[in-house]
Amino acid sequence: MQHPAFEEVTVHHHHEDDATFKKKVRKTTILLSIITIIELAIGLTIYTIHKGESPNALLVLMFKGAVCILTLAKAYYIVSVFMHLGDEIRNMIMTIVVPLMLFVWFIIAFIADGNSYKNLRNTYDKHFEETTMPAKHHKAEAAPVENKGGKE
Amino acid sequence: MATTTVHQTKWWSGGKSPFNMEYGKLMMWYFLMSDAFTFGAFLISYGSIRFSQNFWPDPNVVFNAFPGAGHANLPLAFVSVMTFILIISSVTMVLAVHAGHKGDKEGVIKWMFWTIIGGLAFLGCQAWEWHHLITGEHAVLVDGKIDLIGQTMGGNPWGDLVEDNTALTAALNNTSHETLVHLAHEYPTGGTVVAMEALEKMSDGQLAGMVDITHAHIRETGPIAFGGYFYGITGFHGFHVFSGVVINIIMLIMTQKDVFKNRGHYLMIEKAGLYWHFVDLVWVFVFLCFYLI
Repeated sequence: MQHPAFEEVTVHHHHEDDATFKKKVRKTTILLSIITIIELAIGLTIYTIHKGESPNALLVLMFKGAVCILTLAKAYYIVSVFMHLGDEIRNMIMTIVVPLMLFVWFIIAFIADGNSYKNLRNTYDKHFEETTMPAKHHKAEAAPVENKGGKE
Repeated sequence: MATTTVHQTKWWSGGKSPFNMEYGKLMMWYFLMSDAFTFGAFLISYGSIRFSQNFWPDPNVVFNAFPGAGHANLPLAFVSVMTFILIISSVTMVLAVHAGHKGDKEGVIKWMFWTIIGGLAFLGCQAWEWHHLITGEHAVLVDGKIDLIGQTMGGNPWGDLVEDNTALTAALNNTSHETLVHLAHEYPTGGTVVAMEALEKMSDGQLAGMVDITHAHIRETGPIAFGGYFYGITGFHGFHVFSGVVINIIMLIMTQKDVFKNRGHYLMIEKAGLYWHFVDLVWVFVFLCFYLI
């Protein structure tokens, strides 16, 4: 369909016929649902690991990383298919995507900052450590220190 | 081929949009990009505070309730319903935009209607969840006594589980009558539930003896920042859903009044659609940060 009110738009998007469109939407919906179900399954797996006797911190971290990647995949499908960003011209896509690259620095810097603040407080503010460290971790943290001493 | 046409066009020679896009739609994209930074900043601030704490509540413990399921432990169940509601309403929005491209007024009305219903359903779910978290009181060990607190901006009942039963038994002696009545009713020794009226007449000493402390799952208080971040960010997202619903209702009325038909195009539906998909996009990340990890 032409847009008479918008002469500045040079190339009108070629809209797919109904059959192709429906197929594409159905495919994306199923994909988003499957990813969400996998995410929920991982969430419940993390829950069972936490409930277990000795939770494997590395395994939990890996599962959390997997969920983050799946979330990015979902975001990609929503933006490129549902919001049709993938159909726009390259220059326009770049003006949206390039500024968002700031998030790479943003996330790393602020998470690292939070983590560093925790380490500093645990080192210099014993009251903070004693009142907030979960009891199980106290025991778990005590053990490796002894091992280290043994080696030396 | 469309690609060859694009390649040969002198986009910057004037008289046309260099981005091949109508002004309003382009500005909607830039608004959404700036909004992504706002949400991003909120979520990263939450991440920063979370990494600065030695303990953070497990989402599967906090969000385990389902409407009508009483005290059943159903982690992630309700939030997955909310997530699917938003995904489906995003799909109906895609169908509304597609109907708009074809100039199909009836199709636009039908799919906009279902999108609005989806948005309202999501808001209803969120209202229930907030209400449940604020009013649902949980027993916590604070300053040597047991208190009942809900998840609010100033209190967090989701700290580490207290496993020291001697400390808990001692704490019962300092606990208020009201809390003791509640605990004796919910967690009676031997499992025989005594009526509230009968318990209220008993002395504190009697009540303390009737509480089965090992099954009460009493926790310490958790990080206070949890409530502010959870209500702040899900509230800001909920506000976006609400304004999206309002925009969609306006679009529906305008479609019914033939405004877009007379204009010759349904580009406004496309712009409202971009906003609505963005709301779904943000939820994907809120879901990740608060409920999954």
